[in-house]
Amino acid sequence: MKDYVKVTINDKTVEVPREYTILNAAVEAGIKIPTLCHLDLHDLKMVNRTASCRVCMVEIEQRPNLAPACATPINDGMVIRTDSLRAIRARRMAVELLLSNHPTDCLICQRNVRCELQSLAQELNVREIKYSGKRNKYPLDTSSQAIIKNQDKCILCRRCETACNEIQTCGILSALNRGFDTIVGPAFNLPMVETSCTYCGQCVAVCPTAALTEVNHTHKVWEELHKPDKYVVVQVAPAIRVALGELFGMEAGSIVTGKLAAALRRMGFDQVYDTEFGADVTIMEEAKELIHRLEHGGTLPMLTSCCPAWVSFIEHQFPDMVDVPSTCMSPHIMFGAIAKTYLAEKIGIDPKKMVVVSVMPCVAKKAEAARTELSIDDNDDVDIVITTRELGDMLKEAGIDLDKLPDEDFDHPLGKSTGAASIFGTTGGVIEAAMRTAYEWVTGETLEEVEFKQLRGMDGIREATVDLKGKELKIGIAHGLGNARQMLEDIRNGKSEFHAIEIMACPGGCVGGGGQPYHYGNDEIVKKRQEAIYREDRGKSIRKSHENPEVIKLYKEYLGEPYGELAHKLLHTKYEAKERI
Amino acid sequence: MPEELKVKEKNDLQKPIPKEHYEKLEEYIDSLPSLEGRLIQVLHHAQDIFGYLPRDVQLFIARRLGLAGAKVNGVVSFYSYFTEEPRGEYVINICTGTACFVKGANKLTEEFEKKLKISAGDTTEDRKFTLKDVRCVGACGLAPLVVINDKVFGRVKPEEIEGILEQYL
Repeated sequence: MKDYVKVTINDKTVEVPREYTILNAAVEAGIKIPTLCHLDLHDLKMVNRTASCRVCMVEIEQRPNLAPACATPINDGMVIRTDSLRAIRARRMAVELLLSNHPTDCLICQRNVRCELQSLAQELNVREIKYSGKRNKYPLDTSSQAIIKNQDKCILCRRCETACNEIQTCGILSALNRGFDTIVGPAFNLPMVETSCTYCGQCVAVCPTAALTEVNHTHKVWEELHKPDKYVVVQVAPAIRVALGELFGMEAGSIVTGKLAAALRRMGFDQVYDTEFGADVTIMEEAKELIHRLEHGGTLPMLTSCCPAWVSFIEHQFPDMVDVPSTCMSPHIMFGAIAKTYLAEKIGIDPKKMVVVSVMPCVAKKAEAARTELSIDDNDDVDIVITTRELGDMLKEAGIDLDKLPDEDFDHPLGKSTGAASIFGTTGGVIEAAMRTAYEWVTGETLEEVEFKQLRGMDGIREATVDLKGKELKIGIAHGLGNARQMLEDIRNGKSEFHAIEIMACPGGCVGGGGQPYHYGNDEIVKKRQEAIYREDRGKSIRKSHENPEVIKLYKEYLGEPYGELAHKLLHTKYEAKERI
Repeated sequence: MPEELKVKEKNDLQKPIPKEHYEKLEEYIDSLPSLEGRLIQVLHHAQDIFGYLPRDVQLFIARRLGLAGAKVNGVVSFYSYFTEEPRGEYVINICTGTACFVKGANKLTEEFEKKLKISAGDTTEDRKFTLKDVRCVGACGLAPLVVINDKVFGRVKPEEIEGILEQYL
């Protein structure tokens, strides 16, 4: 039985659970209190409650001082005013003080019009920055291939720290120094590239300003597109088509697959392909590898390896376990390797003149594409990675209104995909896709019910069994690196036993990726994208990877056997134990 | 920033950290009944052993306590008691609390800086003195005051500083 108390906010009395904060109670009462540092992602059980920004100050009767609504617990009979002149002034002053030590280059800032500090300044009617004190100036950290850290734009809300430490348990970011000298950064303020950062980008996803952003490659893509001697092919990840629409005013969960293909063609790409094709190839390899490991006493459990942040996490944090992930490259890298060999040969293009651009929901894919081992004769499998957000920017720049475009198909032969590939974009999807194929290969029977409902959901750690007619496979699924850590520790300590495990670094999987449109703390958006992914799967005529006719053709004409010699050379990789700071 | 770090690293390399110090710290950590919530205690002890908390020692502690390096460095860089640089034989702490400030602590700082030819926060080249300020020591009746290692000098006048320093030469 829940304990309820009565509080009165702006003369309105509400009855709310005792453990509520003033902010929670105000939401219940339908009263808006502005917030900045506060972030409550219910599904992830992440609450950033540092109360550092002081933007949610309210007046409480019989208390001399104002109180931050986000971090002040309520008590019975509390009388609160959010609309008194004193409270309004205090909130505006908090923003003015933040702005007094913040660059004002908003017009050319990467977060222009998408910045939470900027919106707040507008909302609180800030018309001048009254304070002109000392300002901090720090060097820009552009050391990594994936994330840029601009300390000047940091407002010390500590959301990134909460995401990095509590959700992802990577522990890369922490507040350093004190007082006016406080910064947020890696230990010893090392450049990002010298840390164990996985570049999952969850810090970028929650940063309210442009203090943490992805490395922007939009200009690079435009340049390549306009070089006459280059043949530029593009591929798009499954999670893009269920999120891109948000950047063009569509409902979260809108599916824009056809419009996306049309838009990319309008941008001038020579060929518009689908990473889902690469995902189907991944399943051919991964399902075969799993069966191989099961039959030949290989290392179990086998972990999926589609997520580069997760791969980097295991290399740094569990160096003794680098032999458990599948050796399969991730789908977009596989795609790149196939494009620069099979496709190049087929259409008679010099692979050195081919540029492969990946549009990914992910920041880590940028760093992954730069890994030197993912190349053929020093020619990177994938040349440039841009995020969903960057693609949105480019489309707007080119004046392409996604909403008004007709639905078009991807180009072929690397544009056909199955429903199994579509679900790669959500937690549970990769392993479900693998099961659809493994089931048929192991049992030799047709799988009638392709949806493995037991593998779906949003719980951080899920366990399920899949019956392969006489062989029960124990499957584990984790999303969010904190959950992944727990699962790995249980395996290491012998507490859990699995045959196969799927791990995705971002909460929700790629639909919640660090490169996706900002969710501004609304995790319903991520759920809607997930639902859309399953809708996309149901809409496909073929739903098992090994039935993709273009994939079958690829193996017949070029690769030979799945998990065979050429496939090994082109589509598999290895991992290295790495040092941790 | 990387430039600065490189210099720091070089300094660390120039003065190799004795292995016995690590053994001593390890022994201390092993003697603790549990490792939870012990970070500050361990850092205190480590600074007593090593004299300061260089990068490698911070990482050593992070690994032993199962904490992220950034977290340990965050705590070390937050508290002014902890130092990441080697300090001089004598650490001169000038109290800059409100009472001492009002009584002219900044004049004392200026005088020390002039006499030692270093700025507040730095160490003399011969590693004899480190000059720093400290927030309220809690002995406001003696304002302005200076603490050198464990010895307190109360109601200090700028002209007395030369004499004070002579005691340590």
